[in-house]
Amino acid sequence: MAVKLKKNIALSESGFVFDPSTGDSFSVNGTGIKILEYLKSGIAEADIVEYLCEHFDADKKLIREDLDDFINHLKQLKMIVHENA
Amino acid sequence: MKMREICVGITGLNAIDSPGPGVSVIRCLHESEDIRFRTIGLVYETLEPGIYMHELVHKSYQIPYPSAGTEQLLKRLSYIQEREHMDLIIPNFDAELWNLIKLQPRLRKIGIRLFLPDLNQIDKISKINLFDFASSNDFRIPKSKKINAQEELDKYEKEIPYPIVIKGKYYEAYITYNKEQLIYYYHKLNAKWGLPIILQEFITGNEIVIAGLGDGHGNTMGAVPLRKLYITDKGKGWAGVVIEDKEYLEIARKFIESIQWKGGFEIELKRNDEGELYLLEINPRFPAWIYAAAAAGQNMPLMMVRMAMGNEVVAYKGYETGKMFIRYSWDHITDISEFQQISTLGEL
Repeated sequence: MAVKLKKNIALSESGFVFDPSTGDSFSVNGTGIKILEYLKSGIAEADIVEYLCEHFDADKKLIREDLDDFINHLKQLKMIVHENA
Repeated sequence: MKMREICVGITGLNAIDSPGPGVSVIRCLHESEDIRFRTIGLVYETLEPGIYMHELVHKSYQIPYPSAGTEQLLKRLSYIQEREHMDLIIPNFDAELWNLIKLQPRLRKIGIRLFLPDLNQIDKISKINLFDFASSNDFRIPKSKKINAQEELDKYEKEIPYPIVIKGKYYEAYITYNKEQLIYYYHKLNAKWGLPIILQEFITGNEIVIAGLGDGHGNTMGAVPLRKLYITDKGKGWAGVVIEDKEYLEIARKFIESIQWKGGFEIELKRNDEGELYLLEINPRFPAWIYAAAAAGQNMPLMMVRMAMGNEVVAYKGYETGKMFIRYSWDHITDISEFQQISTLGEL
């Protein structure tokens, strides 16, 4: 399943995220901003999990669950544009 | 390059907890690179801060309250005009529009232009008629009822679930959570603004406002949407961010086209958690945050002056999202002699 971040979401290296459609803004940590950058450029979730596994000493299943949680949160905030099976 | 000079009379220089747009409009005008503005404050109260901000407002005159009628207003404006030679007046209060529109031909004869909608257009978007206007133009609006007697509260209290918003005919709105509050505010608003009073369903969600400018021929000359980020207990935005969304711009375009709106306006909307957009109000003037729209690239007060003066203008097409305003209060220091002058002579 491919998930993509809305094209107009502004991301800054400092972790500040701005949605110009709603005016909502958020702060995320370095990992969060990396995930958002990947989602914005259309990188598959499976590849994001691989990246996180390389950088964090954690169980792959746990990383996958955390990423799903993060993406669900983005969906609630209406920051995801589409999903294709 | 020699700058041309234009003299503009401006109302709404107040800045209490519900600030008038006057000072913001003046800031927009002073951004001009080819027009040097002489700004004349037209004020009701002697403690409107704009009176004392001499770097923005060159001279101020007290004018009669709208309730004094057209003849009193014309007499006072004629006196001011003999001294100041105003090219136009930009009113910033809803309640003063009726008198000015009525006086429009006579003001033009003494050299004062206005760039305003007609009385029929004002009437259509008034708080008491907005429901009908919205329904006939496919705008979604919260359930609303006009009431003319306290007895009607019983009936509509059952039709609209609490919290219920109770609104005055011209200004003020309160959120009520029970019958006692509803009755209290009914009498308060009736005493201040008269009947009818409006009861409205309360919508939870984000508040979006759009500042816009119509040319009177159905064309949108400018439109900038903004999300309120910080809202006071009076419902006034104290911080906001300019946002992009074609849906909001389409609402502004549709409003201007449907009614052939002439002049500045503000549309107030609310988007609920389901994503549905509700029209709450349309104000027939620029909002107090209009300088943020200019900062985002659309200086609509300046464009309105150019149109009023008969100059060719090109409609704004884009703006910069992410521009923010954060309002603050500032203790402006003046001397009692200035207050004395405006209080005794009615001008400063």
